[in-house]
Amino acid sequence: MNGPIGVVPGENTCPSVEMAGLDTLWLYVAGTICNLRCTHCFISCSPDNHSHGMMTLREVRTHLEEAARLGVREYYLTGGEPFMNRELLPILEATLRQGPVTVLTNGLFLDIKTCGILRTIADGSDYSLDLRVSLDGWGPEDHDAIRGPGTFVRCIEGIRNLADQRFIPVITVTEVAASVGGSEGRSRFLKRLGSLGLPRPRLKILPLWRIGAEATRLRGYEPWERLSRDAVTDEGLAALQCSTGRTVTTRGVYVCPILIDEPGGRMGETLGKTLRPFGLSYGACHTCYVSGVTCRT
Amino acid sequence: MNPAPSPSPLARAAFFGGVYSNYLALEAAIGDALRRGAQALFCLGDLGGFGPHPAKVPSLLRQHGVMVVQGNYEDSVGHDRDDCQCGYTDPRDNLFAQVAYDYTRANTPAEVKAWYRTLPATARLTMGGRRLLLCHGSPRRQNEFLWKSTSPVPFLERLLRDHAADVIVCTHTGLHWDRVLPSGGQVINVGALGRPANDGNTHVWYALLTVGTGGAGTAGLQVDFIPVAYDHERLARDMRQERLPEEFVETILTGWWTTCLEILPAREREAGRF
Repeated sequence: MNGPIGVVPGENTCPSVEMAGLDTLWLYVAGTICNLRCTHCFISCSPDNHSHGMMTLREVRTHLEEAARLGVREYYLTGGEPFMNRELLPILEATLRQGPVTVLTNGLFLDIKTCGILRTIADGSDYSLDLRVSLDGWGPEDHDAIRGPGTFVRCIEGIRNLADQRFIPVITVTEVAASVGGSEGRSRFLKRLGSLGLPRPRLKILPLWRIGAEATRLRGYEPWERLSRDAVTDEGLAALQCSTGRTVTTRGVYVCPILIDEPGGRMGETLGKTLRPFGLSYGACHTCYVSGVTCRT
Repeated sequence: MNPAPSPSPLARAAFFGGVYSNYLALEAAIGDALRRGAQALFCLGDLGGFGPHPAKVPSLLRQHGVMVVQGNYEDSVGHDRDDCQCGYTDPRDNLFAQVAYDYTRANTPAEVKAWYRTLPATARLTMGGRRLLLCHGSPRRQNEFLWKSTSPVPFLERLLRDHAADVIVCTHTGLHWDRVLPSGGQVINVGALGRPANDGNTHVWYALLTVGTGGAGTAGLQVDFIPVAYDHERLARDMRQERLPEEFVETILTGWWTTCLEILPAREREAGRF
């Protein structure tokens, strides 16, 4: 059930981003399959959402071969929850042989044994391995309301296990609660991480993309939340990750990790056929441009 | 001896990375490179920032005929821009970067700023029949960070292909490394003279390239990274007199980076103390 390729609503009026060269490749190794059912998920991942499937090691190798030919600089393994993929560790090893990797996770599979294996894999590569753990607030009151009871404490446990293995994880916090912008919860959280052996954690604040589950939790995009040609600059467009990145799922190659459920976000079957301009006609494009966010670490 | 590039083929040349106003290290490195027989000296930019008395480094470079490629610092200071364009993304990194930049900009003479504006963003030369491309960050962006752990082989091959070079010589990260590629190409990050390499040692580094002795079975240039000891305690005294942040002084005295850490990739960050 592949969608049409490159059919972009409003393409004649929206700005278009040039493809400067493929630096970043996102691999949806777990598709839309996740152990959680977060109420704000922009692609509505859940244990039973198989709209994008698990990627096999063999499929990953095919993508890596093409990525090498195109000179890709960095890789991101995501989903869904990547650790739900039983081949994740060999996938990680294969990818890390080719370049630096960031694995995005909700942190719930980061037990002591797994973190030990991750350390061994990291030490066996010339390239950097980053673990990026996602939170939805500075404490359980916000996080668990989105992700389910007890998930905050388990996530912190995973972060501690990473710290015990000398990882300095990147911790992303979604602007899902007003408290994320405040300093009180943040400083309490930082103190807590300091006590776990992470005195200087790497934090990344992410905006909400009002699509998928989030569109029904609070609201979707308003008609005015679209980019117009006169509201953008060349510099601003060049900073967007879609100018240097592409995303692969089991259903094809997409412009970015956010638009994998938008038919127009699908650009082709192979990476080499998707290195062309893309029309920024979606509300999510407005969020990326206005907030200046990039999904990259 | 005139170390400027001569019409005769270059057999040995020295390449200095970010100097960050560390005039004492630069002085020591120039002397060391000439003693080792370098026929030409090159500096890949970021002459200011971090250290004291920013007029001293450009003066030394011109006095010794060092060929200079423009770094983001020279672009910013030369054009009196508001920030250094270092490319940091973390607030703490940016805070310290701004302190260093404001000091450097305020203490750089107008005549030096004018010179900065004339510097080339890239330069090309030939050594041993190989086409070298000199740049500050990367050939495609002045402030791009080419770290060893995030610059994989296919990506570097692409840079060489796209920019018609056999060897890329760069700096900007402050950490030295080199990679010989399957194609025979080479990428060399010469490190920095401005501050130590985040390894607990107080010396700094430059790169010496020599033709005809390509080791390890390669036909490439031999790359020697040279540690340079200098009077780092004197530099620390200068920095304190100029009221530069104690965090900067600590790095000079201990060899561990205390600022601009967040930009480090995981591998390089894990190797440091902080």
